[in-house]
Amino acid sequence: MVFLIKVQLREDYSNLIFYLSPLVAVALTLFFGSFIFLILDLSPIESFKIFFISPISNSYGISELFVKATPLAIIALGLSYCFKNNIYNIGAEGQLTMGAIFGGGIGLLFNDSTSVFLLPSMILFGALGGAFWATIPAILKTKFNTNEILTSLMLTYVALFILDYFVVGPWKDPAGYGLPKSMPFPDAGRLPVLIDGLRVHIGVYFALIISLITYIIYNRTLFGFKLKVTGLSSKASQYAGFKYKNLIFYTFIISGACAGLAGLFEVSGPIGLLYRDISPNYGFTAIIVAFLGRLNPFGIILSSLLIALTYLGAEDAQLFLKIPSAVGFVFQGLVLFFLLGTDFLNKYKVFIK
Amino acid sequence: MQSIVEFKNIFKSYPGVIANDDVSFNIKEQSIHAILGENGAGKSTLVKILYGHVKPDSGEILIDSDLAIINSPSTAKNLGINMVFQHFSLFESLTVAENLILGMNENISLTKLKDNSKTICDKYGFNLNLNSPISSLSVGQRQSVEIVRSLLNNPKILIMDEPTSVLTPDEISKLFKIIKKLVKDGLTVIFISHKLEEIINLSDYVTIMRNGKVVSTISTQNEDPETLGYKMLGYKVSKAKQISNINFSKDIFNIKNLSTQSKDPFTINLNKIDLNLKKGQIFGIAGVAGNGQKELMEILLNENDYEFSGDIIFKDLNINNLSTFQRKSLSISYVTEERLGHSAVPEMSLSENIFLSMNHKSEFKKGDFINFEKINSYASDVIKNFNVDTPSYNVKAGKLSGGNLQKFIIGREIMSNPELLILSQPTWGIDAGSEAFIKKTIVELSQKGVSIIIISHDLDELLEVCHQISVLYEGSLSNPLNVKDINISKLGKYMGGLFD
Repeated sequence: MVFLIKVQLREDYSNLIFYLSPLVAVALTLFFGSFIFLILDLSPIESFKIFFISPISNSYGISELFVKATPLAIIALGLSYCFKNNIYNIGAEGQLTMGAIFGGGIGLLFNDSTSVFLLPSMILFGALGGAFWATIPAILKTKFNTNEILTSLMLTYVALFILDYFVVGPWKDPAGYGLPKSMPFPDAGRLPVLIDGLRVHIGVYFALIISLITYIIYNRTLFGFKLKVTGLSSKASQYAGFKYKNLIFYTFIISGACAGLAGLFEVSGPIGLLYRDISPNYGFTAIIVAFLGRLNPFGIILSSLLIALTYLGAEDAQLFLKIPSAVGFVFQGLVLFFLLGTDFLNKYKVFIK
Repeated sequence: MQSIVEFKNIFKSYPGVIANDDVSFNIKEQSIHAILGENGAGKSTLVKILYGHVKPDSGEILIDSDLAIINSPSTAKNLGINMVFQHFSLFESLTVAENLILGMNENISLTKLKDNSKTICDKYGFNLNLNSPISSLSVGQRQSVEIVRSLLNNPKILIMDEPTSVLTPDEISKLFKIIKKLVKDGLTVIFISHKLEEIINLSDYVTIMRNGKVVSTISTQNEDPETLGYKMLGYKVSKAKQISNINFSKDIFNIKNLSTQSKDPFTINLNKIDLNLKKGQIFGIAGVAGNGQKELMEILLNENDYEFSGDIIFKDLNINNLSTFQRKSLSISYVTEERLGHSAVPEMSLSENIFLSMNHKSEFKKGDFINFEKINSYASDVIKNFNVDTPSYNVKAGKLSGGNLQKFIIGREIMSNPELLILSQPTWGIDAGSEAFIKKTIVELSQKGVSIIIISHDLDELLEVCHQISVLYEGSLSNPLNVKDINISKLGKYMGGLFD
C-alpha cells in the first residue's frame, strides 16, 4: 500500500484566515515551545513568564523592547516592498552593515564636529550606503538574470568583511587597547534618546513615519499599484505596461535604504561606535517580521514588537533559566515555520490517499 | 442494440457549483453518442467520471449492465474505456512511436508496437510517420497520435473531448470518416462538443446538458441546428449582422513584411506578414492554434521586446519600437487570449482591473496618486453599459464567470475610445449569451469607425463579424478574403496551408 499525499489548491481561499494565521502561528509556537522547556526540565509556565512577561515588566524593559523593535520594523518595512514585488532580497543584514559603515564613516571622519548637520548627514549616508549595496543584486538581476536570493545573501558576508577590515585597520581606535573597534562618535553624531537614562531613541519615530508612508504608497499610489499587480501576476503587469526591471531597482533601493538607515541608527544610537558585531542578525530576523506582519505596514509594527520580545526573552532566559540565548532564535524559527505552515494549509487542501 | 454505458443519478459538486446534478442516461453499444452543452454545463466532468479521473459524490455507472467501480484511468482502460483529451499529452521531443509506447499498460517491444500501429494507421487512414518527432507534426496529426494511442489498447468505448476544436474543416471531415469506420467495426464513441452542426452530421444520439443537468437524450435524426441550439441554451440567440458593403478608404494600421527569426524550436517564426486595415474595418485572422497567433499577438502587444524585422505602422507612425504603454497611449487597445492573469488580475477588484489597463490615462491619476472615484465611476459605467452581472465593482475579477469577465474586459477597452482594438479569442470558452452580446458590440463598434483585428480559431465567429479574413498558417498570412463573397472551400484550403 502506497500512501500518496495529494495537494490541491483551495478555491475558497480565505482572506480572514490569511490575517489570522499569524496569531495561529504564535499560539502553535507557544504550544510546541513549551515542550522545549519540558525537555529541559523547566516549568513551561514559569519559563514563559521569564521569557515573555518579565522582560517588559519595567520601564527599562519596555525601552529595550523598542530598541530592538525599531531596526526590525524599519528593515522589514523596506523588505516588504521587495517581497510584494516577488523579489527576494535576503541580504538586508549586509545592507544594514553598509549603512553603518557609510553613515558611521561620516561620524568618524568629522570626529571633532559639533555641527547640527552631522547627524542628518550620517543618517543620509547610512541610507545611501544601504541603497548602494542593494543596487548590486538589482543590477545583476536585471542585466544577467542572476538569482537575487544568492547574490544578496553572499554580499552580506562581503559587507561584514569590509566592516571587519575597517575596525581592525584604518578606523581602529588608537586608544582602544588594540580591540577591533572604532573611536566613539562625537556627541553631535549620536542619536537623541527619547527618555533620559533609557536607550529608546528617535528611530521609533522613523519606524512609525515609514510605516505610515508605506501604507499610503501601497494603497493610494500608482507605484504601490504596480507592486501589487506585479506580485500577483507578472503577465498582467506587462499587459499594464509596467516595467519590471525598473520595479526591481526601486524596490531594492528602498529596502536597502531602510536597512542602511536601521544600521546607522544602531551604531549612532545604542552602540555609539563601530565594531564587529553591530547587529544580532536583525537583517535576517526582519524577513520573519515582514512575513509575520503579512507585508502590511501596520502588521509589521506589531510583529516587530513580538519578535523583539524573543530577543529580550532569550537574554533573560539565559540569565535566569541558565539556558542558551539561542532559544530566542529557536522561537523565531518556530514562528516562521508555523506561519508558512498555516499559509500553506490556507492555500491548499492536503489529503492522504 | 443494448446499452453499453448507463449513468445512474450521478452527482458531483465543487465548491460553489454543482457540476453534475442527478445525471442519468444510457449510451447504446456501437453508436456515436454526443454530449452537448455550453462551457460549464458539466460535460467534461461527466466523462472524466466515466474515465475514472474524477470521483462522483454519488451515483452509479453500469458498463455492459454490470456495476463498475472506476477509481482511476487504468481501471477504466481495463474496462475498455479510453479517452482522447482536448489538450494533448505528448512529449514534443520524442518520436511518434516513442510516445505511443509510453501510453501502453502492457509490456510490448517497439517493433511489435510499430507493427500494430502501422496496421491501425493503414486500416483507418491515419497519415503518420512513426519515426517523426512530435514537434514536427501539425495539430491534426498530433490528435491522430492520441487516437492511435487509444486504439492500441483495443477499447470498447472511446471518449473524445471537443476533438474538432483544433482542426481545419478538411481535417474535421477526415476525422468524422475515421470515427464512422471505427463505429462500424464495433467501437462506441462518446463525442463531446458544443458545435451543433457537427453533432447532427456525426452522431446518432445526443444528450443535452444545461447547468449540470440532463435536459434530454434524443436521436439526432430529426434535429436541425436551430432546434438543438434552443434546447442547449433554453433561449434563442440572434446572430450579429455585419454590414459588409461599406467603402473603406482611410488606412489605420499596416503591417509590412513582418518576419521573425527565433531559434527557439517551440515558437513559430512569422514569415513576411502583410496586413492592411482600414478605418471601421474588422479584420479576422483565422487559422488553427499554434500557427503563429501567439507570436503575432506578442509583437502587436510588445510586452517582451520580441525581435522582428519589418514595420508596424499606426496612422502613418512607425510603432516598431514603442512599448505596450506607449502603444496604449496612442489609443490602441488589447484584449488577450488569457483573461485571468493577463488582461485581468483575478485577486483584484473590478475597479482595480480598470486601472490595470487604463493607468496610462491622466484622468485616473492625480500626480502619483490614484483617483479611485473616477475609476469607480468608470467601472460602474462599464458594468452598466456592457451588461456585466456583478453586485458591485468591488467584487474580485476571479469571482466573475468567463462570459461576464470578458464583457467587462472588452467593455473596459471600448469605453476608453480606442481607434484600433486587437482581440485574441474574444469569445473563447464563454456562454452563448455573452458571446452574442460581444459579437454584436464589436459589429456596432466598427460601424462607429473603430478598426478591429480579431485573432480567432473559431471560423464561425470570424465569418459572422468580419469584413475580411486572412488565414495564418505556419507563420505565413494568406491574402485577405472578403467575407461578403467568401468561398468556404477556398477558406478551408487556406487553413490547410494551400495559398501562395
